[in-house]
Amino acid sequence: MSAVLNDETKKVLTTPLVNDNPITLQVLGICSALAVTSQMSTSLIMALALTLVTAFSSAAISAIRNHIPSSIRIIVQMTIIASLVIVVDQLLKAFAYDVSKQLSVFVGLIITNCIVMGRAEGYAMKNPPLESFMDGIGNGLGYSLILIIVAFFRETLGAGKLLGFEVVKLAKDGGWYDPNGLMLLPPSAFFIIGLIIWGVRQWKPNQVEKVEFKIMPIAHGEGGHH
Amino acid sequence: MEAYISLFVKAVFIENLALSFFLGMCTFIAVSKKIATAMGLGVAVMVVQAITVPANNVVYHALLKEDALSWMGITGVDLSFLALLSCIGMIAALVQILEMILDKFFPALYYALGVFLPLITVNCAILGGSLFMIERDYNFGESVTYGVGSGLGWALAITVMAGVREKLKYSDIPAGLQGLGITFITAGLMSLGFMAFSGIQL
Repeated sequence: MSAVLNDETKKVLTTPLVNDNPITLQVLGICSALAVTSQMSTSLIMALALTLVTAFSSAAISAIRNHIPSSIRIIVQMTIIASLVIVVDQLLKAFAYDVSKQLSVFVGLIITNCIVMGRAEGYAMKNPPLESFMDGIGNGLGYSLILIIVAFFRETLGAGKLLGFEVVKLAKDGGWYDPNGLMLLPPSAFFIIGLIIWGVRQWKPNQVEKVEFKIMPIAHGEGGHH
Repeated sequence: MEAYISLFVKAVFIENLALSFFLGMCTFIAVSKKIATAMGLGVAVMVVQAITVPANNVVYHALLKEDALSWMGITGVDLSFLALLSCIGMIAALVQILEMILDKFFPALYYALGVFLPLITVNCAILGGSLFMIERDYNFGESVTYGVGSGLGWALAITVMAGVREKLKYSDIPAGLQGLGITFITAGLMSLGFMAFSGIQL
């Protein structure tokens, strides 16, 4: 096991979790992160699907990376990714039909999810298959982490449930909690991700972006002397 | 006719691809710093969307749908699982062709849109539009309306977003929220605004 998980592998597996998170820092794969998170169950399925697609497409692309002519590499990558997504889509339709109906077009949209393309282009084209596979898993987990956090807040606060089980008793069932309907609607996903980014950057100040225009405080007392 | 107008308004405002389905978010966040560039990208998306959605509609109905091949004498074949692959292939090919046509016949437009065209292939708003068209089973006329409408809605959203961000850079924002964070919050507020359209019945 230690031969498989050497330092390099461990690094590519763990840095995408917080230090180089695909969503909060690389700004990749946001579309689906926002759209499927109103329920925990859909988020988990989506996270699993994306992690597997990223890992296997990175491994496959990396395995043939020396044979892909660079002028048509995007199309080759696209075809590999699209084929994997079709497999995932068919599996979901066969074994989890309800969830696949809820996810509607978002499973198909894994094809254009920038995390998959980004890792294929940015990592798998330059590194051997095993590392690329691990890199895919790592980035998939970074994405999953954000998805699960957002879904946790949206489902608990919006419906008082988690994975369909009751967490807090709702007012309409004689409990005390009045669900916040906004949490189930699209805008809340933007707010929660914005706040997560704020939190992460407060914790890791090196991720803070440079200010384009610095507002200078008005200097009292010193301004008089010209 | 009324049905088409209703579909158009729905595609532009109520079911705005960017703000209620979160499609094309990566480019929406990345290219919305200046109004001029945002508008250029918006127009490019609209044009590509207006071409690819109907084109995919034709391919889907003529080749992939269940029993669609009956005009060739083949029955009982359902190729709809290939829709994902054919849609993305169609989009990539059309964007490439569009780029060549613009380069040859409209060089000025090509230089204005040039940078954005390759980006559009991997924009999920484009693929999403085609997949929604298949899921909702639009006919050809509806697919043209939906393509133009959803593209216009996306262009509108990114232009407004760029306008807000141009003003936003002069405001005093907490360090951790700078850049990406405040952009998300702004997008959330805009999305709230667009939700006001959701009660409209046409």
